[in-house]
Amino acid sequence: MTVLPTILSSRPLGTRDIHWLTAVFLLAAGPHLLRMPLWISALVAGIAGARLLQVRLRGGLPKKWLLALVAVAAAGGILLQYRTLFGRDAGVSLLVVMLALKLLETGTRRDGMLLGFLGCFLLVTNFLHSQTIPTALYMLICAWLLVATLIGMQYTGPWPGWRHPVKRAGILIAQALPLMAVLFLLFPRVQGPLWGLPQDAYAGLSGLSDNMSPGSLNNLILSDSVAFRAEFNDGRTPDPKDLYWRGPVLWDYDGRTWTAPRLVQNIEELPADGNIDYTVTLEPHNKRWLFALEFPGRKPPRSMATRDMQLLSFTPVRSRMRYEMTSSIGAAYGADDDQSVLSRSLRLPAGSNPRTAAFAEELRSRHGDDRSLVAAVLDMFRNENFVYTLSPPLLGEQPVDEFLFGTRRGFCEHYASAFTVLMRAAGIPARVVTGYLGGEINPVGGYILVRQADAHAWVEIWLEKTGWVRVDPTAAVSPARVERGIASALPRSDPLPMFVRGDFALLQRMRLTWDSVTYTWNQWVLGYTPERQRRFLSHLGFSEATWQTMSVMLLIFAGIAVLFGAALALRDLRQTRPDAAKAAYDRFCRKLARRGLPRGAAEGPQVFAGRAAQQRPDLAAAINDITTLYVSLRYAGKMHPESLQMLERRSRTFKA
Amino acid sequence: MSSQLNAVAEQINSIILGKSQQIRLAIACLLARGHLLIEDVPGVGKTTLAHAIATSLGLRFQRIQFTSDLLPADILGVSVYNRDSGGFEFHPGPVFTNVVLADEVNRATPRAQSALLEAMEENQVTIEGETRHLPMPFFVIATQNPSYQIGTFPLPESQLDRFLMRIELGYPDAQAERALLNGDNRRDMLLRLQPQLDPDGLARLQLEVQQVHASPALLDYLQALVNTTRRSPAFSHGLSPRASLALLQGARAWAYMDNRKHLLPEDVQAVLPAVVTHRLSPAGEPAGGSHGSLVAQLLQEVAIP
Repeated sequence: MTVLPTILSSRPLGTRDIHWLTAVFLLAAGPHLLRMPLWISALVAGIAGARLLQVRLRGGLPKKWLLALVAVAAAGGILLQYRTLFGRDAGVSLLVVMLALKLLETGTRRDGMLLGFLGCFLLVTNFLHSQTIPTALYMLICAWLLVATLIGMQYTGPWPGWRHPVKRAGILIAQALPLMAVLFLLFPRVQGPLWGLPQDAYAGLSGLSDNMSPGSLNNLILSDSVAFRAEFNDGRTPDPKDLYWRGPVLWDYDGRTWTAPRLVQNIEELPADGNIDYTVTLEPHNKRWLFALEFPGRKPPRSMATRDMQLLSFTPVRSRMRYEMTSSIGAAYGADDDQSVLSRSLRLPAGSNPRTAAFAEELRSRHGDDRSLVAAVLDMFRNENFVYTLSPPLLGEQPVDEFLFGTRRGFCEHYASAFTVLMRAAGIPARVVTGYLGGEINPVGGYILVRQADAHAWVEIWLEKTGWVRVDPTAAVSPARVERGIASALPRSDPLPMFVRGDFALLQRMRLTWDSVTYTWNQWVLGYTPERQRRFLSHLGFSEATWQTMSVMLLIFAGIAVLFGAALALRDLRQTRPDAAKAAYDRFCRKLARRGLPRGAAEGPQVFAGRAAQQRPDLAAAINDITTLYVSLRYAGKMHPESLQMLERRSRTFKA
Repeated sequence: MSSQLNAVAEQINSIILGKSQQIRLAIACLLARGHLLIEDVPGVGKTTLAHAIATSLGLRFQRIQFTSDLLPADILGVSVYNRDSGGFEFHPGPVFTNVVLADEVNRATPRAQSALLEAMEENQVTIEGETRHLPMPFFVIATQNPSYQIGTFPLPESQLDRFLMRIELGYPDAQAERALLNGDNRRDMLLRLQPQLDPDGLARLQLEVQQVHASPALLDYLQALVNTTRRSPAFSHGLSPRASLALLQGARAWAYMDNRKHLLPEDVQAVLPAVVTHRLSPAGEPAGGSHGSLVAQLLQEVAIP
């Protein structure tokens, strides 16, 4: 037992350290364990349990060859599971298993430190899966405990209680915060993540796709994950009935599935005279579509516009993206579209849905005018017993026939699909447009929140001299869907994500506040892109900051920090600077130490002089002289400059 | 050191054999105007030491045997109605003297203990509303049995703190014990002791002890020691400022006895175990226990600046 906490190089770890290490490791790996295949999680938990059991029973650590065997077997299992050892999921699994095995061979403090630092790395990998505020908070707590564990391993004396290392770790982390903030703000940003996320990181992202068949949207409707948020300039939110967020445009129909053409002609310029301005913050969806209100008037950076008014990013959207947009609501476009476009918008597979085709011809014969034909069809949807429901019956070979003349229960995609087929059969060019409709206005954050559950499909038809105009057959069946959102349009029995129905006012309010906090977090922390950084720095007076200037700033900041720290250290040094007598005496002591007579740190001058004189009787006189001089200068308060000079001279000329 | 102090030390050494270090500490404690606690098993010469110190210094001496039925009045004194004068007359208790030997102080109840301890702190006693000053110098030598013995009331930490030093006598070594067995009866020897000082002489010496110079470097060292006890998780709590003062005073007396007018780190080291051991306790244990090794560790690990 010692009085002072001291650091020893390779002390064996105590039971408590093992407990802490195991607990912190499990905490850091926890989110991964919940995601990984069961056998890996079970293996890791088993290894951690084995380590705890071994500590409890005071058994020995397993043999190295056994650990190597388990490691190879686990790596093989992971290879079989994922078909690779790289990439996000396989790599993280491998890391977790290897760290768990490291726990089994951690015996000394050095191992413990290593495991602690590797634990920091493991902690960071959690951000490959999620970058939300709760994740960040959880990681912060884990990092805190990890630092506390590392500190806890440094005590050699009696254990001062868990509060001591936790408090100290808290202080350390708090001291690191300013540094973190500066690095966050000034470290040169690159477009996208610094290193690309592994490909499989985007596998789970949901969103609209380039095709649509009966039932394909239903999965989306059940997801309450956020598609994007939009903030309208001047707080001018358009009418709910105008909130059609345009996404993939589906041209081709094979009798069952609608698909977007692989290639659509690009257009160079969009009419920039939108009547509403807003900013969209798009969540990553691993596809190229950028959503905008119909019809977009501007191209976001690094994207293109197609002839059918889709906005496509050059690369799939894999990180949160923010773009400013302007739209002209209520406009039409493409009045001068050529015959090739129109004929493609009239194509129907031969022999499919014959009853629909016949019905269309009958309509055509009754209505010469396109507009009145459209109105007649919408009237039919409105007045006959069509039902809007999320759980329609399954449809067979001729889905539109069965739907129009049989089941008459369907979801937006059924109506859009049936309406388009009818139009094409009646000779009116028509296309299915998918996207989102509406969204929830968040009064706390002043923006509109669009979820996957707001996914929608509608139709646009081409009228001569007017161009493409939007027709939403769903609106005819269920006006509430358009006016008040999906939740009010569906029967209560239909399953919907919990948050989509705003049943409890308080819950609703809390949820909106939380979403607004998340939005801010996305804007300012996750969305701190090179552009934002540049803008921030120009606020500080550094216009046109390149990564070079930023690096220079960072270096200057680091230099200032180092100088500041050095100044503090120097001040401490000066305060404890031994006076001149002490310096001379230390010199004398060093000479003796070189001759195998070191003075103990706590050895008083007289005791040392006695000991030294005993061992070196030949030097006794010199030792006593120097000691007497030193004592009179340093302890007797007799600071005569002559005695100091004499002491300095004697210690300089002293020869051991 | 004055020749008188030498003579005092020598005389006591001739009665308590083989304990010169403890005797030096006891005299240093007196010179530093502190009270002394001697702790050990019965029969190692605690009472004899106290008696010898008092006689050698030429001080009046009273002994109070502490028992479980001892009352404060037995220590302080009592007012008795005098029929002749028709008023109350104060009969001073044994505490009104120069040296009080409080024998086996931890056998008495806390109530009786505190009567004595108040006198120690204030150098005065208050009896029936009247404050009476104690003679100068006033010096308490308390002896105490190790608290694990049956029928003891251990002194609380706050009261232990009032003793400047605590020493243990320990068994004599074989040589000293043989001399003791061969020698005269200790009781007779005590009676033959000659005073080597008088109260005025002692007061003068005590004043001179105050003049011993403590350099900033020395105070740095002393503070480093004290701060270590406050910072180290090994101790349940650190040394109080009162303990720092006691350490300085004790070290001064020690230096004075070494014929020096200035303090050396060695002086602090010499008195430190006696001054601090009873004021410190290892983390998780009550104060007053025996944990010399921890204090020795403290001396070893704190570097002299």
